[in-house]
Amino acid sequence: MLRIACPYCGVRDEPEFIFGGPAHVTRPNAQVDDAAWTAYLFNRKNPAGTHLERWLHAYGCGRWFNVARDTRTHQILQTYVMGPPPPDPNDA
Amino acid sequence: MQRYCALNLGWHALRGNRHWQAAWRDATPKRSYDVVVIGGGGHGLATAYYLAKKHGIRDVAVLERSAIGLGNSGRNTQVVRSNYFYPASCAFYDHSLKLYEGLGHTLNFNVMLSQRGVINLAHSDHDMEIQRRWCNAIRMCGVDSEMLTREELQALAVPLNLDGRYPVLGGFIQRRAGICRHDAVVWAYARGASAQGVDIVQNCEVTAFEISGSRVRAVETSQGRIAADKVVMSVAGYSSEVARLAGLDLPITTMALQAMVTEPVKPVLNTMVISGLVHAYVSQSDRGEIVIGGGADAYNSYAQRGGLPQMRDVVRAVVELFPSFSRLKLMRQWAGRVDITPDTSPLMGLTPVENLFINCGWGTGGYKAIPGGGDTMAHTVATGKPHPLIEKFSLERFRTGALIDEGAAAGVAH
Repeated sequence: MLRIACPYCGVRDEPEFIFGGPAHVTRPNAQVDDAAWTAYLFNRKNPAGTHLERWLHAYGCGRWFNVARDTRTHQILQTYVMGPPPPDPNDA
Repeated sequence: MQRYCALNLGWHALRGNRHWQAAWRDATPKRSYDVVVIGGGGHGLATAYYLAKKHGIRDVAVLERSAIGLGNSGRNTQVVRSNYFYPASCAFYDHSLKLYEGLGHTLNFNVMLSQRGVINLAHSDHDMEIQRRWCNAIRMCGVDSEMLTREELQALAVPLNLDGRYPVLGGFIQRRAGICRHDAVVWAYARGASAQGVDIVQNCEVTAFEISGSRVRAVETSQGRIAADKVVMSVAGYSSEVARLAGLDLPITTMALQAMVTEPVKPVLNTMVISGLVHAYVSQSDRGEIVIGGGADAYNSYAQRGGLPQMRDVVRAVVELFPSFSRLKLMRQWAGRVDITPDTSPLMGLTPVENLFINCGWGTGGYKAIPGGGDTMAHTVATGKPHPLIEKFSLERFRTGALIDEGAAAGVAH
């Protein structure tokens, strides 16, 4: 059971949240070639280590936010609001 | 290789069973090989076996980071079936199932294949229509599949509650499907490969690739540099990380898929039951445990550990379908790292790096594909061209858009 600190509501249990996949995936402009578009649509970093991801506090405030989590241990390193660029991993 | 037969069994019994040969050779790596297979799970070992047996390529090493069969090959729920919707999947998985049907004899190893049938439940009129279409699609591929009425279902799965919260209206069965002992499959392929001269190297982690002129030349490992003409990656959940060492990005997400068993009870369920709607599947092992599985946990994970919320969902679904199982205690729960692609179909064949081959993306269903994956990958490596059965499972399909969306076809949220 993850305990996730929603930036708006504080620490809540995992069943209140819905996982939303990787964060900071930027949509390329429409002129890119097929390879770049394919990479955007399908390729994932999928690291064994710190993963920056989006979560939705569905059964709470209903807002999206970002989480930095270690995929090897499930330890949540940091949660932060959407919008700003990803945090420096050394600060986590 | 020492044959396993009644005569040898008796002879060794008389000598106190002290003189059996090891089933396979734990090798130290040479400096170079014709083919290096990364990953000592079922797929890697089967690839090495078929390379040696069918293509005469015996200068092969299988490099395993820990010990063979400790990953997904030993963590699955042992299901073998070929009831897939799309023709490409159906043909591939049925090839694999046919190899399973002969595997005990081929490898001289009792893999305990039990073709007890796999039943998919339909819980609504819509389910019934989709399953009729699914069932017919399978038959069009020449694979066995038949619709079942409620009465037929109840006779096959006696403890199943047909009138629960999600009533069962019918279903379909593949009678040739079933379960097969997973540790035996791993060891049978390891023994077969080893007997052909394949080196199985344990505790050997690949840390880098040596690539020059867009062609792979060698791998750096925790046991030193090993040169190789050709390299095959079959590392399941670690595919993204290993491919990154070769400069490749993959459309793969690694997640935890959990399974669990109850305490053993007397035989109550002589078939395998799957419900896509509540997303759970149930069978009973030879030891009497009720084996339970469901969907993957929601988020990326390399932890080989499942979370309690997903476990609760799966167990809740199972006790709804089988109320009598609610009295059983869960004895063990575990999870594997599954490598899931966007269309939940595997990723096999050539890569942009010459002589580097890939076999991954099996997601939640790699075990049933071990013989087929090994056979077709060995052909692909030996000839340099994708085996006809796996052409459509190439990395290229994500660029062209020719996805094989089995997740959607099965009506199951993976």
